Amino acid sequence: MEALWLSVRLAASATIVLLLIGMPLAYWLVQTKWRGKFLLESVVALPLVLPPTVLGFFLLVAMGANGPIGKLWVALFGHTLAFTFFGLVVASVLYSLPFAVQPLVAAFESVDGRLLDAAAVLGAGRWRTFREIILPLSVPGVITAAVLSFTHTLGEFGVVLMVGGNIPGITRTVSIDIYDHVQSLEYGAANRMAVALLLISFAVLSTIYAVNRRVWIPWPVNRGD
Amino acid sequence: MQNAGVTLYTRVRFKRPLRHHASFELDVDFQVGPGITILFGASGAGKSTLLDCIAGLLKPRDARITLGQRTLQDSAAGIFLSPQERNIAYLFQAPALFPHMTVEQNAGYGLAGAAEPERKAAVFYLLELFRVAHLARRKPGEISGGEAQRVALARALAPSPRALLLDEPLKGLDAELKSSVVDDLRAWNRVNRLPILYVTHQRDEVDALGERVIALDHGQVVSEGVPHSVLNAPRTKRLARVAGFENYLTAAVQELCEADGIMRARLTGSGAELELPLGFAAVGDRVTVAIRAGDILLAIERPTGLSARNILEGTIDSVEVRGSTVVCRVNASAMFLVHVTPGALRALEIAAGKRVWLVIKTHSCQLLEE
Repeated sequence: MEALWLSVRLAASATIVLLLIGMPLAYWLVQTKWRGKFLLESVVALPLVLPPTVLGFFLLVAMGANGPIGKLWVALFGHTLAFTFFGLVVASVLYSLPFAVQPLVAAFESVDGRLLDAAAVLGAGRWRTFREIILPLSVPGVITAAVLSFTHTLGEFGVVLMVGGNIPGITRTVSIDIYDHVQSLEYGAANRMAVALLLISFAVLSTIYAVNRRVWIPWPVNRGD
Repeated sequence: MQNAGVTLYTRVRFKRPLRHHASFELDVDFQVGPGITILFGASGAGKSTLLDCIAGLLKPRDARITLGQRTLQDSAAGIFLSPQERNIAYLFQAPALFPHMTVEQNAGYGLAGAAEPERKAAVFYLLELFRVAHLARRKPGEISGGEAQRVALARALAPSPRALLLDEPLKGLDAELKSSVVDDLRAWNRVNRLPILYVTHQRDEVDALGERVIALDHGQVVSEGVPHSVLNAPRTKRLARVAGFENYLTAAVQELCEADGIMRARLTGSGAELELPLGFAAVGDRVTVAIRAGDILLAIERPTGLSARNILEGTIDSVEVRGSTVVCRVNASAMFLVHVTPGALRALEIAAGKRVWLVIKTHSCQLLEE
């Protein structure tokens, strides 16, 4: 149960961070006229195609005692970032970034441009327009982003294994726990965990779908004019 | 709050690339005083682009726009005020109400800086003026199109703008609703005396609103003046089409009679001659003539003793009833469209194949610039 609680905490933390980073990033992507924005879009989408172990490997190297981020971290806090809960949150945020950013981009883009013009003519600046017009009209997209981030992080395995290892209560998440049980031929314990994860994921998704019919945004983001 | 009213001066040159290497160029220079000025032209003439430039939603590279003493844009001096700073009300074709806010919140959106009591007072004054105060607590999805456009009008006027831009705001409303909204707007502007630019391509709105008309075609001002003179003397074919001219003929000028103020021209592809008002043309020039279908008389015998100079013989090609108008296609050297009433259709027993005479006054023939 410790592993389950850890996974939920990790997924919740990553989701909060993802929304905080994802909203300004998505808004910037929607309104920028910069020609090179496809580069940033590609970077955001990379975790979709990259094997988690590859992402995990790079993160491990970067966060380790000799990596650039790791060195800085050690200098600041006296311990490495790898094999800590916070290190897992950082890794999960990168890993789940496209699952937060893409639905947000789709939602922000679907807000009628004339509403934004109307707000501008009525004196509302960019921040007020975002807060009072774009965001309230993008609630389904924000919910989608949160749910996808949460469930995707909840079940991650490769990245956690590479960056976090297997420390009970700190980095031993549900999927690691299941893997561990299977390795020790403890099928009963593995089964209980697997079923618990399945039920949680199903419960979260079905609640959201029941509440909001238009939550799923087709992948990749469809940019109709 | 009576004031003298301000003048909106606009000089804009704006080039926008279109598909297939083409580009659209807007090049206008005009000023409008207090009161309603109609911006009239076919779709694609550049009307909405022009309004976007004045509102600051588009930033033309070469422009000078002033409103009273304020400079909104002066590209030569590097001045460009954002839409937020311009204090210009802009009403789009669609009401564009914020769907998640109530009518009251929508109408008050431009009064963010005002204290709650003043804000409420200003909002309800306008909602009552436009007769939508009873809808204050509803959401835009729960009111009709006409009501939504009134709320949008109230929202646009609430921050006490210095000018008002209206982009076909009454599109899709029925005639009765239209005229009541227009009356309300006029009443409001009798006090406020703002320059109002009203974009439309519908003739009936021009007639109903008209104090002054600026006709726009292909991004340029082609004529301006009182509605009657602008609409009855359209100078280009596209404008003529919008202004309700159905017949276009080409003719070669045969003879100029300057003393009589007329010229004779032969219709292309036939021997028929037309007497036209004197225009800027020389003998041998080809001219295009526009004639309203409603300005042509139909006779079933050769008419005599008329002042009209043009009488063409022909046969009815087809007859089509469209509501209270009957559209006759008449083959008389060229194909003409002629409008008659259903009563005339019955009385004259007009049917396909019947021999008829068309009677056209010289001054019903409008010369167009190509």
